[in-house]
Amino acid sequence: MFYRENGQFKASYVEDQRIFKVQQDRVAIIAIVAIAALLVPMLASDYLLRALLIPFLILSLAAIGLNILVGYCGQISLGTGAFMAVGAYAAWNLGVRVPETPLLLQILAGGACATAIGVLFGIPSLRLRGLYLAVSTLAAQFFLDWAFLRIPALTNYSTSGSVSVGSLSFFGLPVESAAQKYLFCLGFVVVFAVIAKNLVRSGTGRQWMAIRDMDIAAGVIGIRPAYAKLTAFAVSSFIVGVAGALWGFVHLGAWEPLAFGLDRSFQLLFMIIIGGLGSIAGSFFGAAFIVLLPIVLTNVPELFGLPLSVDTAAHLEHVVFGALIVIFLIAEPHGLARLWSIGREKLRLWPFPY
Amino acid sequence: MNDMTQTLETPVAGRERIGGVILDLQNISLRFGGVKALTDISFDVREHEIRSIIGPNGAGKSSMLNVINGVYHPQEGRILFRGALREKMEPQVAAAQGIARTFQNIALFKGMTVLDNIMTGRNLKMKCNLFQHALFWGAAQKEEIAHRIKVEEVIDFLEIQSIRNTPVGRLPYGLQKRVELGRALAAEPELLLLDEPMAGMNVEEKQDMCRFILDVNDEYGTTIVLIEHDMGVVMDISDRVVVLDYGKKIGDGAPDEVKNNPDVIAAYLGTSH
Repeated sequence: MFYRENGQFKASYVEDQRIFKVQQDRVAIIAIVAIAALLVPMLASDYLLRALLIPFLILSLAAIGLNILVGYCGQISLGTGAFMAVGAYAAWNLGVRVPETPLLLQILAGGACATAIGVLFGIPSLRLRGLYLAVSTLAAQFFLDWAFLRIPALTNYSTSGSVSVGSLSFFGLPVESAAQKYLFCLGFVVVFAVIAKNLVRSGTGRQWMAIRDMDIAAGVIGIRPAYAKLTAFAVSSFIVGVAGALWGFVHLGAWEPLAFGLDRSFQLLFMIIIGGLGSIAGSFFGAAFIVLLPIVLTNVPELFGLPLSVDTAAHLEHVVFGALIVIFLIAEPHGLARLWSIGREKLRLWPFPY
Repeated sequence: MNDMTQTLETPVAGRERIGGVILDLQNISLRFGGVKALTDISFDVREHEIRSIIGPNGAGKSSMLNVINGVYHPQEGRILFRGALREKMEPQVAAAQGIARTFQNIALFKGMTVLDNIMTGRNLKMKCNLFQHALFWGAAQKEEIAHRIKVEEVIDFLEIQSIRNTPVGRLPYGLQKRVELGRALAAEPELLLLDEPMAGMNVEEKQDMCRFILDVNDEYGTTIVLIEHDMGVVMDISDRVVVLDYGKKIGDGAPDEVKNNPDVIAAYLGTSH
């Protein structure tokens, strides 16, 4: 009814190439970004920002990175947590060793290091696929976990093994309060979401998807599998590395290797499966779902007058989580993003579905 | 338009349109372990011709195509493409030299739309790098539009305008075959290898596909190597036919010669001893 593309004719290829092809979508996305940037920091409480929105943004970013690799290029990775750790520790090391490095540069350098490590661990993908590749990326996770725990140079010989960052500033602007941190993350997320979307709708993205869907045919039409796979690993690891650096610097402030363990890798994989493989929007849906679920599970029973103890809620979370993943894999393998697009299709035609 | 008027002036069915040898296969032998897929096969393909490869199941026809576009590497024999001896090479190098193909079992990118599938066919002609793609501005956008225009020509040619934005996984079989041809055509190949483009089609779909193949050959002057089981089609549209059986060449020549070749009749119908 209100969501119609009637009369919106595309008269040029530029118009047909837009990210959001329907005008209502364009208005909606601008409104969402504007609200997120202007209203939310003013209205949201510190708790909401720190406990919900900042983790949501950073995990969305990491999910976008992982989705490029798994959803678009079809290379399963279980080493995401480790690549986040590389981003965080590399950024931290740069800050410790060259204290005058600006924060932005530290974070991007973290991404660059994650790229290098990601490409290195991506090399087996040239020979392995599916489960076997997943196992080889699992090796990356174990190796890097071990490295950050046992190689003291990487944590600057800190006795406890944990590292922390001091006060943050972005070109003179402080990144201290919850609202400032939130806006800092939001900036990264918006920029990288646009970059990711551009990549997947251009020649690079078509190469990735071609490799995902049918690698022999891709070779026959002139796509170099090695190049396509390694660029997917590189771009994915860069974004994941940046997300890792943000997670360490902005969200945690002080962390130890456990923060980027195998659990994190699985959590991100669940996010993109539930959110939607091969969809940038799906990365956001998945992250929102996973960040919100524990809070919903702790609060909803109370609303119904059934207070749950903390550990029951935690256990319940695992149960619901596992069940939902199974349900999604069976009922809607394309995740929330597909449900969203089905809903939109229905709305386009509603109330006259012909 | 120039191309079209030129081809219209040249006789369509006559031998004059056919040029020199573009692909020369000499004594090709291909083995998988102990299995001899191809034994000592030699034949050539001339520019602008439609060259068919026929033979019973398992004769080595698809293997032959795989040898031509670099998926398989024969143990013996030489391949000359455009007069140059070809070393052992990967399929993407063959693609860069202007060899495109379709597959017997459709090998489209199922999750992508028709448009994206055909755009992928132009991959080799796109020069922008990852960073330009990330910005999608200026050069990258211009390039995308330039190639989009070419792709739209292919879409018009194959009459698939209405399914442009449909994911290919949802299309019926006949249309998928057509899209696959489109993806190969988008690369503007000099040599087009078609592996059973008409398998499993009904008569009308076959007629459409024949028309497209003849039009491609006519309008763009593309050389075509065709594998097909429908003898009516093969005899009608081919300039020359090569017949394989058990990995050996048993016949080669114009459709009429092949039709009357006793070895070919024996391979297809059996002999009485």
